[in-house]
Amino acid sequence: MEKKEKIKKVSIICAKGSLEDVYASLVMTNGALMEGIEANIFFTFFGLDAIRKNKMDKLHTGTVGNPAMEMPGGLPFPTILGSLPGVEAGVSAMMRKEMDKLDMPPVSEFLEIITASGGKVYACLLAIEMFKLKKEDLYDDLDGILTIGDFYQEAAGGQIIFT
Amino acid sequence: MPQKELAGKTIDLDDKGYMTDFSQWTKEVAIELAKGEEIDELTDKHWEVIEYLQKCKQENVTLSIRKVGKSGVTTIKELYALFPGGPLKKSTMIAGIPKPASCI
Repeated sequence: MEKKEKIKKVSIICAKGSLEDVYASLVMTNGALMEGIEANIFFTFFGLDAIRKNKMDKLHTGTVGNPAMEMPGGLPFPTILGSLPGVEAGVSAMMRKEMDKLDMPPVSEFLEIITASGGKVYACLLAIEMFKLKKEDLYDDLDGILTIGDFYQEAAGGQIIFT
Repeated sequence: MPQKELAGKTIDLDDKGYMTDFSQWTKEVAIELAKGEEIDELTDKHWEVIEYLQKCKQENVTLSIRKVGKSGVTTIKELYALFPGGPLKKSTMIAGIPKPASCI
């Protein structure tokens, strides 16, 4: 059993607010912690939706301009259909239901799991100011609101992944 | 297949160090496996978690951190404290069951 070199620390930046982008960041962060890797997750720009209390569990997936989108059963999903009112919400709700079947927690619970696992959850100061958000709008166990300089300091000694 | 002498018994392991034959598992073997993972002492709580994991395996329940956290046996925070540096992967190894193929 030869020991391969191990990743010791990762800092993951979540800059997009669609369901799949946010989950990619959350799964990577939690997955790192499960492997014994120190992990930070930093939310910026639209990624902030994942830590906004009123939005985190209602994230959508884009049904327009998403060439990978398909109908249940695998038929092509016409872009024009994705633009109809309610379609995006319906598709997103369906997606969340499928994720639940795989035991993927809702975003709010996923963040709690990351915090309980020793992961650090950060938000970007500049983006918070831009979207005029207050601390009480955000996830309660936030470990800090950081400038980009602070973020680099927290990320020291590890690898940075931008999703 | 690699083998290792643990607690006076020859134990079959896979290439990642997980036991491949659960019938070879004993508490003494678990204590030796734990030492290999830098866990010097298995407390009552450790055993409780180990028994829970073995029961899940028996019932073919897919394991995840979330499930263990909701089991009532332990919390996620405690699980990380009991098995530092990879709670699910270490606890299943010590319990003598395969590493869960779970991303959550």
